[in-house]
Amino acid sequence: MAARLALSRSCALPASARKSSLVSCRRWSGNTADTVYDVVVSGGGMVGAAMACALGHDIHFHDKKILLLEAGPKKVLDKLPETYSNRVSSISPGSATLLSSFGAWDHICNMRYRAFRRMQVWDGCSEALIMFDKVNLDDMGYIVENDVVMHALTKQLEAVSDRVKVLYRSKAVGYSWPGPFSMADSSPWVHITLGDGSTLQTTLLIGADGHNSGVRQAAGIQNVSWNYDQSAVVATLHLSEATENNVAWQRFLPSGPIALLPLSDTLSSLVWSTSHDHAAQLVSMDEEEFVDAVNSAFWSDAHHTDFISSAGTMLQYAVALLKPTKVSARQLPPSVAKVDAKSRVLFPLGLGHAAEYVRPRVALIGDAAHRVHPLAGQGVNMGFGDISSLLHHLSTAAFNGKDLGKDSE
Amino acid sequence: MWGSRRLSSSGGHFLGVVGSGCRVGRAERPRLASWAVYSDSQLIWTLQNKPWIFSEHRTVCFKSCRMTFSSLNRIKSYWPPLTRPYSAAHTTVDSSEVKTFLALAHKWWDEEGVYAPLHSMNDLRVPFIRDNLLKTMANHHPGKPLSGMKILDVGCGGGLLTEPLGRLGASVFGIDPVDENIKTAQHHKAFDPVLDKRIEYKVCSLEEIAEETEDTFDAVIASEVVEHVADLETFIQCCCRVLKHGGSLFITTINKTQLSYVLGIVFSEQIAGIVPKGTHTWEKFISPEKLESILESNGLLVQTVAGMIYNPFSGHWHWSENTSLNYAAHAVKSMAADHLGPADFVSKEETEAPQAEASTISQVHEELKE
Repeated sequence: MAARLALSRSCALPASARKSSLVSCRRWSGNTADTVYDVVVSGGGMVGAAMACALGHDIHFHDKKILLLEAGPKKVLDKLPETYSNRVSSISPGSATLLSSFGAWDHICNMRYRAFRRMQVWDGCSEALIMFDKVNLDDMGYIVENDVVMHALTKQLEAVSDRVKVLYRSKAVGYSWPGPFSMADSSPWVHITLGDGSTLQTTLLIGADGHNSGVRQAAGIQNVSWNYDQSAVVATLHLSEATENNVAWQRFLPSGPIALLPLSDTLSSLVWSTSHDHAAQLVSMDEEEFVDAVNSAFWSDAHHTDFISSAGTMLQYAVALLKPTKVSARQLPPSVAKVDAKSRVLFPLGLGHAAEYVRPRVALIGDAAHRVHPLAGQGVNMGFGDISSLLHHLSTAAFNGKDLGKDSE
Repeated sequence: MWGSRRLSSSGGHFLGVVGSGCRVGRAERPRLASWAVYSDSQLIWTLQNKPWIFSEHRTVCFKSCRMTFSSLNRIKSYWPPLTRPYSAAHTTVDSSEVKTFLALAHKWWDEEGVYAPLHSMNDLRVPFIRDNLLKTMANHHPGKPLSGMKILDVGCGGGLLTEPLGRLGASVFGIDPVDENIKTAQHHKAFDPVLDKRIEYKVCSLEEIAEETEDTFDAVIASEVVEHVADLETFIQCCCRVLKHGGSLFITTINKTQLSYVLGIVFSEQIAGIVPKGTHTWEKFISPEKLESILESNGLLVQTVAGMIYNPFSGHWHWSENTSLNYAAHAVKSMAADHLGPADFVSKEETEAPQAEASTISQVHEELKE
């Protein structure tokens, strides 16, 4: 133990992290009785589970052994609850294609999701406005609850359980990689130690364990990160009246963006990023006050000033002289009547970006590689993008009989 | 046997004169057949390629030559009937080559080391082998496309090509005359339990196992080997012998052209150090036309010949229409080798190369598109 700590690279280990994952460059003359997995995915969130699922369903991986490690318990969803969950994600059409490639999208369609066709993004201090829509008003994206996505992925994982093994309540506490030069007598695989003391070996470790990634720390990959001085407040809102509700609304206030995402004809999901103090206030105030705050955030022009209005109008006039464009009229989002009890939660926001996404025998996907602000609804979509890209490379490598961990392009 | 002992005394003297010799191989390797002796190959090779040596050491050489040849004649009577009478050398292993590779036996799996070009050549040769074999199979397991195939990898070295083929599901038998290479290969595959079961290695030469493994293999691979063998004719014969009917022979090697001398020997070995010095001998390179004629005369129908080019800056290989440097060939063991009349043979040879290349190019383009 002491020897291992002594060998660890000092730059990657602040004192507090010593208790968690250990960095070890020590060459492991491993116990060959351990199963050697072809791929181990560490982290069973939406991105980790989707990665394991995608690999399990890939045709060139039919002969391979894949393991998914999830620290939490297995979430079983017998029946879809009537109340919507307050954690939702906007799934882009590309991500939907990935999910349907291994059959998870069908499950989502059978549960519930909401397609939106337009997006209006406008400013709190001026008349600035952007309207997004697709040709023929095709679906721009889908708002799906995170639990629904997880359930669909779990079902598809069970469908390939002969190739993909899932270990719940298993947290990896230590990772060790082979030395930088290939020594003849040492095991060339990655060794993972679990919380219960058991060890496994794998040719490729994929880290999908979130923005505080243990895999990233253990691999010693540099990470640029900082905390935004913002927290996001999420809630499920009841609209005053049933509408077609296929528009996503987002307004940029001085304190941060507030977004309303459609869930059904009468329900929408709120994501309001604002300062820590304001967020704490919003979560603790009573329901009526909260509803008023939300409505006024979308409707009120209190931040407009004459100066900005006249400057804005002049600019628009000048631009229209050069290039006449259709001026879209600002529409107002539906008004909110009620908020679901106990659906108000807040969580802090930050940025994170790993210096390298791949190294020999390790790859980072999802928030472990890049953590972003939810304002553009791209966090999980980038994770799914990582999966498509990594899957393409791994699939080709498997069909060429390559050692998967060495494919570090 | 007594014949070989006689030979070693005269052969040893001769080898001392020429200034090269590799007794290491002879002493260590267990002999399956008494006729696999190295000094003869050395003699034949030197006679063919370095005649100036004899002008200097004429008398001494002549005496030992006479002794060696007489012993040779005695040995000939023990040869199996398959060996063609005009080929005096009856082993395919060249001891000087063995020596060269012995020095580098531990470096096989260092992907950025001396064998880096061979590692990256897998990007071309594995799909080449895999796709051509898949064509012969009616249906195959997803994930294990080559399962059920028995493949022989001749001159497997450290197992660089053997392991990917094993991963694709084939049962692979890898042989190499240098036992350090086999040790490295065995050690490397031992870490992967799946490969451990699918791959078997042995220290021997092709002709030593040709008899007992007759008609056994679905595919024989001789990648970067034929430019190192002492007797190509025997080598190809043995390849043909161990193949099943309809089985495939895959060869990758270097063409014998001025360009291959300049780029393959002068530039790669002496200037840029891409290939260790002394690895290749230009005289042993073989042109695709000559290779095709040897293959066809042994009953192997050439299906494809495709050029390969190495980019030393990127470290990657590419398919090419130009076979003047490296090339890959795929031949299939036909049912009847002697049905080809002389006229057919000549016209086939003439049209074979450009036609094969043309058909390969479209094939290769398809592969590239994938």
